[in-house]
Amino acid sequence: MTATELHNAIPRPARRRHWPISHPVATVFLFAVAALVVAPLLSLILFAIQGDSELWPHLVAYVLPVATLNTILLLAGVALVAAVAGVGTAWMVTAYEFPGRSTFVWLLPLPLAFPTYIVAYVYVDILDAAGPVQTALRALVGWRSAADYWFPSVRSLGGAILVMGFVLYPYVYLATRAMFQTQSATLIEMARSLGASRWRLARDITLPLARPAIAAGLALAMLEALNDIGASEYLGVQTLTLSIFNTWLNRSSLPGAAQIACVMLFVVAALIALERYGRRRQSFTGLDRHPGIARRIPLERGKKWLAALGCLLPVGLGFLIPLVYLAQEVVSRGLLIGFDPSLFRHTLTTVAIAAGATALTLVLGFGVVFALRLVRRPFAQNCVFVASLGYAVPGTVLALGLLSPLVGIDEAINWVTRTVAGASVGLVLAGSSAAVMIAYAVRFLAIATGFAQAGLARISTELDDAARTVGTRPSGLLWSIHLPLLRPALWGAALLVFVDCLKELPATLLLRPLNVETLSTYIYQFATRGNFEEGALAALLIVLVGIVPVIRMTRHADEAVQAGVTPARGWTA
Amino acid sequence: MSSNTLRIAPLAIAALLAAGPALAQGEVNVYTYRETGLVKPLFDAFTKDTGIKVNVISASSGLEQRIKTEGANSPADVLLTVDISRLEDAVQNGITQPLNSKAIEQAVPAAYRDPEGHWAAVGMRARIVYASKDRVKQDTITYEELADPKWKGKICIRSGQHMYNNALFAAMIVKHGEAKAEEWLKGLKANLAQKPSGGDRETARDIAAGKCDLGIANTYYWALMNDKEAQRKPWAEATKVLLPTFQGGGTHVNVSGVAVIKTAPNKANATKFVEWMVGPQAQQMHADVTYEYPMRAGVPINKTIAGYGDLKRDPMPLASIAANRKKASALVDKVGFDN
Repeated sequence: MTATELHNAIPRPARRRHWPISHPVATVFLFAVAALVVAPLLSLILFAIQGDSELWPHLVAYVLPVATLNTILLLAGVALVAAVAGVGTAWMVTAYEFPGRSTFVWLLPLPLAFPTYIVAYVYVDILDAAGPVQTALRALVGWRSAADYWFPSVRSLGGAILVMGFVLYPYVYLATRAMFQTQSATLIEMARSLGASRWRLARDITLPLARPAIAAGLALAMLEALNDIGASEYLGVQTLTLSIFNTWLNRSSLPGAAQIACVMLFVVAALIALERYGRRRQSFTGLDRHPGIARRIPLERGKKWLAALGCLLPVGLGFLIPLVYLAQEVVSRGLLIGFDPSLFRHTLTTVAIAAGATALTLVLGFGVVFALRLVRRPFAQNCVFVASLGYAVPGTVLALGLLSPLVGIDEAINWVTRTVAGASVGLVLAGSSAAVMIAYAVRFLAIATGFAQAGLARISTELDDAARTVGTRPSGLLWSIHLPLLRPALWGAALLVFVDCLKELPATLLLRPLNVETLSTYIYQFATRGNFEEGALAALLIVLVGIVPVIRMTRHADEAVQAGVTPARGWTA
Repeated sequence: MSSNTLRIAPLAIAALLAAGPALAQGEVNVYTYRETGLVKPLFDAFTKDTGIKVNVISASSGLEQRIKTEGANSPADVLLTVDISRLEDAVQNGITQPLNSKAIEQAVPAAYRDPEGHWAAVGMRARIVYASKDRVKQDTITYEELADPKWKGKICIRSGQHMYNNALFAAMIVKHGEAKAEEWLKGLKANLAQKPSGGDRETARDIAAGKCDLGIANTYYWALMNDKEAQRKPWAEATKVLLPTFQGGGTHVNVSGVAVIKTAPNKANATKFVEWMVGPQAQQMHADVTYEYPMRAGVPINKTIAGYGDLKRDPMPLASIAANRKKASALVDKVGFDN
C-alpha cells in the first residue's frame, strides 16, 4: 500500500456540504475571475523584481516621503470634503423639506458625470491670476498686477482637495442617501416622539446606522482620488501615482515604477482588508418590515434657505459652474459651428466600449458573487476579495500590467491558427478594443461585486434551500430567483460602471487600438498641449452622456425604496 | 441591467473587434506622442501623395513599452515622437531598425539623425524664455542667469519632471557637470514665483497677469498663441521672446523625430513615410503648421518664428542630452524642484 493509498484509506469525517456536489463550474469561474485580476498584478510584480535596486535609495530619500505625505493629505482632505458634502446633503434631502429639495435630489449626484481632471482645468482657468475672478478683483480694487496681492492658488494641494472633493462627493451622497431612506422609519419616528433633538437623532441613530454606507462611499471616492493623474499633475501635487508615472517615464525605469506601484497596492489592500475587518460583526440592519421614508420635517424661514444653500454649494462647485464654463467656451470658440464631425464617431465609440465593458463587468462581478453563494468556502471569499483589488490599481499601471498577459494569450491564439490554418491573425485581444474593455472590467469589478453582495445579502439563503428542496438546479436558481430579485442592484452597478467607463482616461490612452478615440482621449489631446478649451464640446458630451445614467440611477434607487428592495450598502467588496 | 443593453453589448463587441487593425498593403501604422489634430494635416497630405492610408495610435506615454510588449505581432510601423530621449529610449529598448536611406541622409544634417540610422529628426524646437514686455528691460539672457537671485520670486515654469525641462536640465549637466547643475537648479527653484505646474501656455498667461516676469517655454507656443489662438493673443502681446544661450554657447534645442519599428509589418510604406516626412512639402508643413524649425535645408522658417531672431543652436550632441536625462530627473527630485 503506497502512502497515497494509505492516506486515502483513512476514514475522515465527512465535510459539511451546502450543495450535493461541490459546484465545479462555480469554482472554476471564481478562480478564472480572480486570475483575470491577478494576471496584471502578477506581471507588475515581475516587472518590479527585474532589478533597478539602485533606484531605491534615491526614491526613499527624495521621492517617497513627499509623495506619501501628499497622498495621505490629499486622500484625507478629499475624504473630509466628500463626507461633509455627501452625508450633509443626503441627510438634508431625506430628513427635511425645503425649497428646491426635490430638484436637489437628482441634481446632487451629477458631478459624477465629470472627469476630475476637466474640473481641475476649469478652475485653474477661472481662478488663476489671468482668470475672470482675479481680473475683476484687480479692476475693482485698482491693483495693477497679480504680484500686488495674495490670492489662494488653485494649483496647490488645497486646490486639488477641493476640486476632487466636490467632484467625488456623490459616491458618498448616493450610498448614504439610499441608507437613510431604508432606515427604519419607525425607529426615527419613535425617537422623535420621545423628544430626541435633531442632532441627537443624527448622532445616536441615523449616522451609526449609515456608517457602512458612508464608509463604502468614502472608499470609492478615495480610490478615485488615488487613481487620478491628470488633475494632480496639472495642479502640481506630487502624489504616489504621479511618482510612478515620473519614475517610469523620466528614468525609463519600468521596474522602479512597478516597485512604487506594488508598495501602493499593498497599502490599499491593507486598507480594504482593515475596512472589512471593521465591519465583520455588523449584521445587516436595514431590514425593516416596513421600510418607509420617515416624515420629512418642513424647515422654518431662515433655515430652509440655509438648507437650500447647503445643497447648492456642492452641486454648484462640482457641476453647475464647470458646466456653464464649458458651455461658454463652446459658444465663444464656435465649436458648435465648426463642429468636428469625428466627434460623432468618437461618441459612438465611447458609448459602445463603455456598454460592452459594463456588460462584461456585470457578468463577471455578479457571477463571482453568485458562485460564492453556491460554494460558501473561505477560498471563494478570498477569490471575491482578490477580484475587487483592481479598483485600487491606477489605470496606467493596470494597463501596463495587462498588456503582457493579453499578448501572451494572443501569441497562443496565433500559434494555434498557424498550426491549424497556417496563418497568423495578429493581436486579437491586445490589438483591439477588447483590451480596453477587459481593463475596464478589471478596474471596475469591485463596483459590481459590491452591489451584488449587498443585493444578495437581502435574499435569504433559506430561499435557496427551499428552491433546492423542490429540485431547482443552480442555474435555475440564478435565472428565476436571484436575478429578478437583484434587478435594483444590477441597475445600480450597471449605471455606475457605465459612467466610470465613460470617464476613464489612463488605461484607455495606453490600450486603445489604431484609429480609435474615446471622448476622454480626444479631450486629452488638447489638454496635453495646454489647449483643453478646444475640447470643451467633447467634455460636454461626456457629461451629457453621463447625466442620463446618473439621473436614472437616482430615480431607480427611489423606486426600489418604494418597492422595499435597495442595495443600500456595501458598494465595495 | 436592461435587456436592451444586454442585446446591444455583444453586437458592439463584435463590431469593435472587427474594426481592429488591418494589416493589408497600402497602410502604415503610426504610433505617436504628437497630438493627432496637429499632425493630421501631415498624414492627410501623405495619403493624398502616396495613396497609403495612415492608421494612428496617439498617447502621452508608454508607447515604447507597448510596442516592446506587443512583440513580433505588433502592428506598429513607425514611432513619431517629440524629445530626443524618447527616440534614444526606443533604440535602447531594441524596438527600432536602422534605415539606410539616401533620401534621409541628404535631407537631414548628420547632427539630427542617429549615426546608425535608427531615427531621424523631422523638426526642431528650442527651450527659450518668455519675458514681460513691461517689466523686463533686457533683450538677451543666459540660462545660467536664470539662477541669479535678482530674479527672486519672478520666474514661472512647468513641472521639472516634464520632458522639455528634463532635457534642458540635462543640457545644463552636459555644460557644467552634475554638481554645478545642481547648484543652478537650486538657484532656479529659489527664483520661482509659484510651484511648478500647468503648461507652457500658462507660463505666458501668468506673465501677462503679473504673477511672474520670466517664464521658460518652447518656441512654438508663443507663435501659436500670437498667430492662431485669438483668445490667447493678449498673453503673447504682453510678452516678448528671448532666445537664451548657455554662457559661451548657444541655445538648447530638442527635436521631434521618427523611427521605424523593428517588427514593422509594412516596412516599405514605413520607409516611404519617413522619407516623405523630410521631403520639401512635409518640411514646409512642419514650419507652418507645427511651428518647428524645419530640418531640410532651403525650407524657409515660419515668419513669426523667424521674428524671434537668429537661433544659434548649442553645438552639444543631442545624444549627450538623452544620456544625462536620468541624472537630470534625479536632480529634480533631489532639490525638491516640484515640491
